[in-house]
Amino acid sequence: MAAEVSSVRTEPQGRRFAFPWRGAVGNGVFFGLCLLAGIAVLVTLVAVIAQLVVESRLSIEAFGIGFLTRSVWDPVAEQFGALPFIYGTLVSSLLALLLAVPLSLGAAVFLVEIARGWVRSVLSFLIEALAAVPSVVYGVWGIFVLVPWLLEHVSMPLAETWGEAIPLVAPPATGPSMLSAAVILAIMVTPIITSVARDVLLAIPRSQREAALALGSTRWEAIRTVVGTARWGIFGAIILGLGRALGETMAVTMVIGNDPSIHASILQPAYTLASVIANEFTEATTPLYVSALIEIGLVLLLTTLVVNIVARLLVWSIARRYSQQ
Amino acid sequence: MNERRLQPSPWVERRRRIVNALGHGAVALATAMVLVPLVAVIWYTLREGIPGLTWDFFTQLPKPVGEPGGGMANAIVGSGIVVGLASIVAIPLGILAGIFISEYASARLAAAIRFVTEVMLGLPSILLGIFAYAVVVKPMGHFSAYAGAVSLAIVMLPIVIKTTEEILRLVPRHIREAGLALGIPQWVVVLRIVLRAASRGIVTGILLAVARAAGETAPLLFTALNNRFWHTTLDQPIATLPVQIFTYAVAPYEDWHRQAWAGALVLIGLVLVLSIILRLVVSRTHLEHEQ
Repeated sequence: MAAEVSSVRTEPQGRRFAFPWRGAVGNGVFFGLCLLAGIAVLVTLVAVIAQLVVESRLSIEAFGIGFLTRSVWDPVAEQFGALPFIYGTLVSSLLALLLAVPLSLGAAVFLVEIARGWVRSVLSFLIEALAAVPSVVYGVWGIFVLVPWLLEHVSMPLAETWGEAIPLVAPPATGPSMLSAAVILAIMVTPIITSVARDVLLAIPRSQREAALALGSTRWEAIRTVVGTARWGIFGAIILGLGRALGETMAVTMVIGNDPSIHASILQPAYTLASVIANEFTEATTPLYVSALIEIGLVLLLTTLVVNIVARLLVWSIARRYSQQ
Repeated sequence: MNERRLQPSPWVERRRRIVNALGHGAVALATAMVLVPLVAVIWYTLREGIPGLTWDFFTQLPKPVGEPGGGMANAIVGSGIVVGLASIVAIPLGILAGIFISEYASARLAAAIRFVTEVMLGLPSILLGIFAYAVVVKPMGHFSAYAGAVSLAIVMLPIVIKTTEEILRLVPRHIREAGLALGIPQWVVVLRIVLRAASRGIVTGILLAVARAAGETAPLLFTALNNRFWHTTLDQPIATLPVQIFTYAVAPYEDWHRQAWAGALVLIGLVLVLSIILRLVVSRTHLEHEQ
């Protein structure tokens, strides 16, 4: 048996002899190119991280760990701290998730469990289109449509009725604000959460729905058991949305008001890590200023790296468990 | 007593039915609300953008501050150039890396590269701008089209890899085995047979990556910068459509706002047309492989 296999492996006749480079040499060269490309991806990620670390050294040496907890941002006096930006990034992203998660999960459940046929494919397409709209277009729409609308119909009434009692919505309400940023972020992360949650739900075997229905569940009760099984994957989808919200730049920069101070009220302007880089990088004239902005980038990088890795592992664990069955 | 328990109480039954109906209503409503912003964005962009889509918009340079008129001709061409440069690097590299993952890498290495690709997809694009600034702008001493292209290439790379690799995995194994059995060298099998079978899907990935790159603004802000005039060489600042839209939208001039909307309309049109093409291509590819 072994002898037969090896006899098949002997060098075939014909074209291959005429073009010996097409065989072994070609294989080697092509494999080498592919290997290089694969390695290049790994190297790129490492290089991005390394460059950010190297370029922020000046700022790290000047301010140390205190950079993360200082709330002063004074380019003239060359005093820099990241706290207002960290605060703005976290609060705007979490508010966005608060708005986006119920809607996204509802839409994902509708797509997987209820919609059928062309309704499902049209809805899927529309949600993908929502994800494809460039950030700067959301920004233009945000500045000219969303911000005035929110100010008139949400922020002003909120500040007038509850502003005295609740610091969270204290006046004066401004157009560009934390709230505007949260709403635009919610719109932008919804398609990601929806499509990942949809994929997670699709990975849950049909038999589970059928078992629930066979036991006399209503369709809604069957859906609840499916969602329960998929909960970690859905959590991963939400975290993935969080990662996107943390790093979103242009649309937020255009509607958040860009004020490097911490306000308790979400109706007032704020600033995020990504926006301060976008706004001030070309204005930064001294090496320390540039370095501080790059350290802001490093903070953003590390946060999104951790968030993305956690999310990926969660989503994959669900997909793997059910694909093996 | 046990028999009585088995009888469902009518009240519980009614409650379950009501909850069922409410649940269905709630998720349908959520789906509708998710789509409201899409409709609103497209509606306003059409309404505000169409008046700005004049001949001048496509053929004129920007006018100096305060003077009405002018267009985004240089930005449109500039976007094409920067995205084109980025594509020259990212597309071949991405396809080769995708081939490496699906055809050559061991399971563990493939998983590692796939993971890194996913992580790169999730990186905020502005950080890639900082990277390009550090490795291109700083050594060269000035902003340039090249620097913008480097940052966009890194935006595109993971998208091309991911779609290539996913499509190659759909190509049935027996096609490869048939090729190898005929004595065709593996690299010819991959390039001429496997890649051809997957070509439509790979084109999809390329279009997707180009669409993403064409709409990216953040990484260009401090790499390609901006330019009010026609660029003459690629090692100087260059105008791009998204950056020009951003600049005009945040400026206090009515006429610039009109042009920002027009630019947004061009961008959204480009992206949506590409997505529709993609959708058609992908559904056909999947059908073919299922048959």
